[in-house]
Amino acid sequence: MFEVLNNEILAPGLHRMLLRAPRIAAARCPGQFVIVRSAAGEERIPLTIGDADEDAGTITLFVQALGAGTQKIVAVEPGGYLRDVAGPLGLPTHIENWGRVACVGGGVGTAVLYPLAKALAAAGNQVTTIIGGRSAPFIILEEELAAFSAQVRVTTEDGSRGRQGFVTLELENLMASSASRPEVVFAIGPVPMMRAVAELTRPQAIPTIVSLNPIMIDGTGMCGGCRVVIGDEAKFACVDGPEFDGHLVDFQSLGDRLSMYRDHEDQCRIGLHQEN
Amino acid sequence: MLNNLSAKERMAIAREKMPEQDAEVRSRNFTEVNLGLTLEQAVREAQRCLMCKTRPCVAGCPVAVDIPAFVTHLAQGDLAEAARILMRDNALPAVCGRVCPQEVQCEAKCVRANRGLPVAVGYLERFVADWAMANDAELAAAAPVAPSGKKVAVVGCGPAGLTAAGELAGQGHAVTIFEALHDTGGVLRYGIPEFRLPKNIIDAEVARLVRTGVDIECNVIVGKTLTLGQLRAQFDAVFIGNGAGLPVMLGIAGENLKGVYSANEYLTRVNLMGAGQITDSATPIMRGRHVAVIGGGNTAMDCVRTARRLGAQRAMIVYRRGESEMPARVEEIHHAKQEGIEFVMLTAPLAVLSDDAGWARALRCQKMELGEPDASGRRRPMPVAGSDFELPAEVVVNALGTRANPLLTATEPELKLNKWGNIESDENGATSLPGVFAGGDIVRGGATVILAMGDGKRAAAAIDAYLKRA
Ligand SMILES: Cc1cc2nc3c(=O)[nH]c(=O)nc-3n(C[C@H](O)[C@H](O)[C@H](O)COP(=O)(O)OP(=O)(O)OC[C@H]3O[C@@H](n4cnc5c(N)ncnc54)[C@H](O)[C@@H]3O)c2cc1C
Ligand SMILES: Cc1cc2nc3c(=O)[nH]c(=O)nc-3n(C[C@H](O)[C@H](O)[C@H](O)COP(=O)(O)OP(=O)(O)OC[C@H]3O[C@@H](n4cnc5c(N)ncnc54)[C@H](O)[C@@H]3O)c2cc1C
Ligand code: SF4
Ligand code: SF4
Ligand code: FES
Ligand SMILES: [Mg+2]
Repeated sequence: MFEVLNNEILAPGLHRMLLRAPRIAAARCPGQFVIVRSAAGEERIPLTIGDADEDAGTITLFVQALGAGTQKIVAVEPGGYLRDVAGPLGLPTHIENWGRVACVGGGVGTAVLYPLAKALAAAGNQVTTIIGGRSAPFIILEEELAAFSAQVRVTTEDGSRGRQGFVTLELENLMASSASRPEVVFAIGPVPMMRAVAELTRPQAIPTIVSLNPIMIDGTGMCGGCRVVIGDEAKFACVDGPEFDGHLVDFQSLGDRLSMYRDHEDQCRIGLHQEN
Repeated sequence: MLNNLSAKERMAIAREKMPEQDAEVRSRNFTEVNLGLTLEQAVREAQRCLMCKTRPCVAGCPVAVDIPAFVTHLAQGDLAEAARILMRDNALPAVCGRVCPQEVQCEAKCVRANRGLPVAVGYLERFVADWAMANDAELAAAAPVAPSGKKVAVVGCGPAGLTAAGELAGQGHAVTIFEALHDTGGVLRYGIPEFRLPKNIIDAEVARLVRTGVDIECNVIVGKTLTLGQLRAQFDAVFIGNGAGLPVMLGIAGENLKGVYSANEYLTRVNLMGAGQITDSATPIMRGRHVAVIGGGNTAMDCVRTARRLGAQRAMIVYRRGESEMPARVEEIHHAKQEGIEFVMLTAPLAVLSDDAGWARALRCQKMELGEPDASGRRRPMPVAGSDFELPAEVVVNALGTRANPLLTATEPELKLNKWGNIESDENGATSLPGVFAGGDIVRGGATVILAMGDGKRAAAAIDAYLKRA
């Protein structure tokens, strides 16, 4: 049992949760995730470790309440418990000092991006952060990211905050001048966004790391359900990733596989609303 | 009850049939297929045993269960003594009675198999174990042992780890099991389906272990949450029984389409997560009208019979060789046939074909014929030219097998592995690292429950000796 110490809403449906998990707090590195099961009988849900405090024995999760599984997680109030939290899983992000790095986050991907961007800045990189969302309320962690970013650029689809358009717009601007052109790009967000970023950086061969979010169960390499196609190879995102070379990822297959249970998921969501 | 029959009288008794759920009914539910012998049946079957002095059946059992002794007490109706003898050698008899491949182990060696059918050792083992579970109170509790003051960590809560933990606790050591998943049992829980091995049996066995003082910590992935190095620093010895949970991929086109599963994923969704068993289960599974399962072992049988229970009209086994080469337990093959499973033999998959929306729609296959025997002694399947055909399948399950999962071993370069990634150990389970022992599938590759248990038991004895030396 893992105690929830804090649970606050950052944006519509997006919660920041603080948990007591001393072993994970001590072992985790940026880029790794946990698998959470809120209660007996519930799904196993992978979530990135947003932050950790080894001394306090706590970890932070950013949870977007999308469907039944995540909604049950965010419903746990401070003082309550999550039954299972297992991790840290996946490989840590490879961090080095490349110089200029662009960190691009879309939607809840911004939360997944946060620990990486922080670690990249700590390693001496000049981090430009580009974050996007549907509209102003969905822009998250701007202040937190500004604390270590050289610059934070914001885009929204409806123009209600920052520039109107997609994150690729700002990335293109950065890439346009040799003075701001990043050496490496990290992109984390919905599949179409990561794909668009990879297509944008490909002609200039700017190394682009993406963090993939296929459907997972165990997270230990046992089930093979999280396989993604990287170049010609099938890799297990939970043990070989979740970060991969964006120029080698088969985004079509990833998107397809993520949609495998759409019908079931819709029904669960309806069921949840009827209960409430 | 009397057990003073003559050999001739014993020989005249016919082998009991296991009562089972009707095939039509059970192919739509997940409750156990075999219902268990009645007391009368069990006693009669036990009376078939000739109590051979040479005990060939015992030699056929990897943990040397004292078969004639427990069967004799059963034949006399002394169930408590039968249970005591059985459990002296086998920590999980209710499991083994159900899933051991008896036909190649104890029963294969039974003298009665020379003329007719062997004594149904598996059925009797199951009967006695189930009785013991229901009549816990009548069994004398093990005498409490003096604590040794030593601490042992066990990695993995499958049959190897559970057995090692039970033995070590019995020797007075303080045992903690670390398990990566959120629940106990290893393959017994996430792999073998409810209709073959009910989960309440695993629950009862685990509860018994916990009562003896064993600590079980789930959600701890050794190599990630804690390292082997940390365990070695915090405990006096470590036993590694983390299994062989890494699926072997098919390596054919279309393997990543929607609707294509590894056996581990398919079975885990259903057995561990409850998909398709409880209505409204949180974790989903694709049902499919046509399901093709590739492989011929126990895992393949479990997948195809699960598919049937999930409503498949055609649930098919696709296997490269012939039926007699299939490694599955004969009882599973027999039950599968009764349940309407189709056996597409001498057939190899070439590719999974998709529809416009990225879903599997069919398996492209090729016919095979058997050539010369290969290294395994089985005749090698050879493709028949021009024999390609399509098998409709919206769900395809790859049950080709598993290999050693490198998650733990990769974090400890000092631990010696063989070329397949299995941990190298001596006959007592000692590895290249002092105080670190290993057993079960991580050492053998995919093997059997009873072999994993035997390893756990031998390693526990070796650990006890090691701790007494230390
Ligand atoms: C490595 C990794 C890190 C992640 N980090 C975060 C994070 O920090 N914060 C966050 O909010 N989300 C994160 N996600 C995504 C999150 O796991 C999914 O949103 C969640 O599982 C959806 O489950 P649900 O039952 O709430 O929604 P559902 O309605 O069941 O599913 C919504 C969509 O989520 C995807 N999904 C469903 N089940 C799973 C599953 N078991 N594993 C992965 N994806 C699934 C599918 O595309 C599905 O269509 C991460 C995913 C991965 C793989
Ligand atoms: C579907 C299926 C059907 C089978 N049917 C039969 C049968 O009928 N009869 C038979 O005799 N055998 C059968 N087998 C084989 C048998 O189940 C295995 O040989 C046996 O379970 C091996 O036991 P084990 O304890 O070595 O490993 P496992 O049962 O695999 O248990 C290993 C445990 O370790 C955990 N683990 C893994 N990595 C870590 C880590 N890093 N840290 C912590 N924990 C970890 C795993 O989650 C798991 O719980 C079957 C196997 C399968 C897959
Ligand atoms: S443990 Fe298995 S092999 Fe040994 S006697 Fe029992 S059923 Fe037979
Ligand atoms: S070999 Fe068969 S008949 Fe002889 S003791 Fe063993 S079980 Fe009984
Ligand atoms: S989630 Fe099962 S192998 Fe990655
Ligand atoms: Mg869900």
